[in-house]
Amino acid sequence: MDNFLEKLFGKEKKSANTAKERLKLVLIHDRTDITPGQLESLKNELIDVISKYIHIEPNKVKINMTQEGKEHRLIADIPISSTPNRRK
Amino acid sequence: MNAKVVTISSGKGGVGKTTTSANLAVALAQENQKVVCIDGDIGLRNLDVILGLENRIVYDLVDVVEGRCRIRQAMIRDKRLPELFLIPAAQTRDKSAVSPSDMIRLCEELRDEMDWIIIDSPAGIERGFRNALAPADLVLVVTNPEVSSVRDADRIIGLVEAEEKGPAQLILNRVNPSLTKRGDMLSTDDVLELLAIKLIGVIPEDESVIVASNRGQPVTFANNSKAGQAFHNIAKRLLGEEVPFMDIEANNGLMNKLAKMMKFRGD
Repeated sequence: MDNFLEKLFGKEKKSANTAKERLKLVLIHDRTDITPGQLESLKNELIDVISKYIHIEPNKVKINMTQEGKEHRLIADIPISSTPNRRK
Repeated sequence: MNAKVVTISSGKGGVGKTTTSANLAVALAQENQKVVCIDGDIGLRNLDVILGLENRIVYDLVDVVEGRCRIRQAMIRDKRLPELFLIPAAQTRDKSAVSPSDMIRLCEELRDEMDWIIIDSPAGIERGFRNALAPADLVLVVTNPEVSSVRDADRIIGLVEAEEKGPAQLILNRVNPSLTKRGDMLSTDDVLELLAIKLIGVIPEDESVIVASNRGQPVTFANNSKAGQAFHNIAKRLLGEEVPFMDIEANNGLMNKLAKMMKFRGD
């Protein structure tokens, strides 16, 4: 409810929430020993490989690491082009 | 007797390891337990001043390890609590004067005579931490609700698991309820979610901790401070008692206030 009101009045995000979001990312990178840069190159290579088989939209590809309890997950969201790939 | 070895660790310095070690030792001794605390911070000893025993040091941990005295001679008996002892760290040596196997041997010798061996680990993840970790049966990680100490706590938790000393348990120290309420401090739930670890205690920020360290009398000696109460609760949990967590960050959000008003009307 508080959050909803804040959004409604455009109030600044609470610093504890910012801290939590930042820590989530930092801890995942610390634990997996993968830097944001490495994740970016993983994403680019993934796009190259998948593009060989399916027409996708490279700009909309998202790669994220998430944590739930002790479990870490690499989540890739790869939208497929609705129009035929014009690069070919 | 077969003592349990509890190592107090944190990674980051200044989060309250020594204060926690001193207070848990005092609280356990007040529960009629035989307790020895060992200052693992060789070169930067402080557990002696926090406990107010700095004037009684004759021998230290390195003297024991290097055979200049027997363990008994290095154990300072606290006159306030006859079942509480301190083995101080050496001040003029460095961490390499003691090895993890020295610590294991030392604790094995103490186990028969004690109920609890509390080891105050130094900051960092190097030799001093390894020494403190080696003999541990249980590791308690102290952290503050703040980004750098939570991050370092996560490293420690990982290292404890890698050494098969896990699962570690968490003490969240220096919680400021009004900052938490305002949304400007990570809550206990936030920290638990981030670290995925079991909680054993929450200590509110409390000025009496500073007064206590000025005097060399841990807050647990006087049972009237919130922090002291929180340390007593941890000691009881270590003894297997189920003690509910203190409600130090009671939520005063709009919805909660409304809910409370409704409740009052309902009553």
